[in-house]
Amino acid sequence: MTVATFKILDPGLLTTVQDRGRYGYQRYGVPVSGAMDQFALRMANLMVGNGQNAAALETTVQGPKIEFHTSTWIAVTGADISPEVDGQPVQMWESLEIKEGSVLEFGDLRDGMRAYIAVRGGIDVPVVMGSRSTYLKGSFGGLEGRAFKAGDILSTLSADPDTALPKRLPKNYTAPVYGGIHRLRVVIGPQDHAFDPNALSKFLTARYRVHPDSDRMGYMLDGSKIEHREGADIVSDGNPNGAVQIHGDGIPRILLADRGTTGGYTKIATVISVDLSGLAQALPGQSVSFRQVTVEEAQEALREQESVVRSVARQGQLPKMSISLDDVAFAVETEDGQPITQSGAISGPSEEVVRSIGVNVGGESYDFRLSVQRES
Amino acid sequence: MYEAPKFLAAGDRAIVIELGDEISIECNRRVHSLHKAISRADLPGVVDIIPTYRSILVEYDAMQASYADINASLLDIDAGSADTPEDDATVVHLPVLYGGEYGPDLEHVAQNAGMSTGEVVDLHSGTEYPVYMMGFTPGFPYLGGMSERIATPRLSTPRGVIPAGSVGIAEAQTGVYPIESPGGWQLIGRTPLRLFDVDRSPPSLIAAGDCVRFVPLTSEDEYRDIHEQVAAGSYQVATTTKA
Repeated sequence: MTVATFKILDPGLLTTVQDRGRYGYQRYGVPVSGAMDQFALRMANLMVGNGQNAAALETTVQGPKIEFHTSTWIAVTGADISPEVDGQPVQMWESLEIKEGSVLEFGDLRDGMRAYIAVRGGIDVPVVMGSRSTYLKGSFGGLEGRAFKAGDILSTLSADPDTALPKRLPKNYTAPVYGGIHRLRVVIGPQDHAFDPNALSKFLTARYRVHPDSDRMGYMLDGSKIEHREGADIVSDGNPNGAVQIHGDGIPRILLADRGTTGGYTKIATVISVDLSGLAQALPGQSVSFRQVTVEEAQEALREQESVVRSVARQGQLPKMSISLDDVAFAVETEDGQPITQSGAISGPSEEVVRSIGVNVGGESYDFRLSVQRES
Repeated sequence: MYEAPKFLAAGDRAIVIELGDEISIECNRRVHSLHKAISRADLPGVVDIIPTYRSILVEYDAMQASYADINASLLDIDAGSADTPEDDATVVHLPVLYGGEYGPDLEHVAQNAGMSTGEVVDLHSGTEYPVYMMGFTPGFPYLGGMSERIATPRLSTPRGVIPAGSVGIAEAQTGVYPIESPGGWQLIGRTPLRLFDVDRSPPSLIAAGDCVRFVPLTSEDEYRDIHEQVAAGSYQVATTTKA
């Protein structure tokens, strides 16, 4: 009953199945693939109560048209491509209830490039080398290793019943706006020694444009050429996600989800993890520039992003244990951090006054999320 | 090879350990023994490892382990693994039908080398080639150690489709196309084995650190026979051990 099926009436420009990627096989030359915008994928999954690694749809520029044969929950995140259900505009970045027979379609591209559509349960395609991600060049993963065609029918796995829906973004967090100017933070290296200080500073001050020859393998940029001290070639080396290669022509190329596992060109820098999402939403012709940060700063930014993901992950999670209230000590706080007691009156201007409850049971602590509505 | 490996940040989720900046069997052996040591250590947070000619890329989940943690663990593993005796390498035997429609450029390679096609086959099949690394496409082995005497420039116009299993030469390199792809290598033969199969575990017949030996087949019948056994799943790949 919890399995949903849906039909692709129109595939859009390029719609594939992606999860977080195929890890553990790069030593055999197998690319990672996976969602270009990992943050949007994970949020879409969480909004429908899926695990963060569940398979979802990744669209490119022009969205698909999908008819649902089962009532279910979906969520659309990433690029704003004017989603509509049965002709009515719907919200992105939150759970949407879908009725059997409903049609999801998209209109104008307003912001970004790739949207993610998660369906409750996650897309049921075979697991290939530990992942459901599509690798188009290798023709494996996803739906028969290819992009969607009109008439394809897909189904989901059965849903995890332990999450209450709907879910939405935390109140203090707004959905990303991608815009047309992408300032990417980078960690310099590992082949920065191949460039003199002038070339490095040129790289960090130049304005580039995204070249039309950009795809899931990588983005090519138009703009200032970066000269090497000697040559562009190195003895082949592993390619991390976001590596910025400078080829012999001096043009930067940023390696992304479907990148080759190894490469023989100097890598001047690597785009930090949290900024890869915005880059995945950059359209050809849009502006890209680079700013240097340390690894520690990059990982701090990642932790901040993870706290948003975690708060959405916790939302709607139904507790799987029952405890007697007599046995526990409560620490209850209002949204602005004021301690409140169990018996005390809850006061405050907002409708949702209680954010979290820390419960301590025999030395083990548990975090609950509780929403208390005031009766007016 | 460097006196001491360099540990370099490759962004916020990977560290590259550079052992040298050359293609040499000594440097590559060190890569594979350190790769094994890192795999065995099963460090929390490590999500993937890519050994190459002269370096190892270690990818980690920065939410499970920080840069400093992973770097310190890798330094420890390197310090502890320097004296570990190297394991014996596995030699994977690949049957190959040389020449004819399976190796349309064999004649050209022989002409270019100023020898007979038989001599090219003897030279090509008379060596155990170390697999320095995998890459380019899934399951493609970068082999070292081909005789310079049969080195041949690439085709001036690459072929649009090269069948899976094709054995080729490009300059002083030799290799096998694991999946059908376009390419400009001089094709001298073909193996009936499936180098890469997504439904097999592991998917690749060959791993970095192994060696490859090409074994000449004598007839098309023999090729077809092995091809059928491979399709039926009954073919046993021959391997030996190289000390």
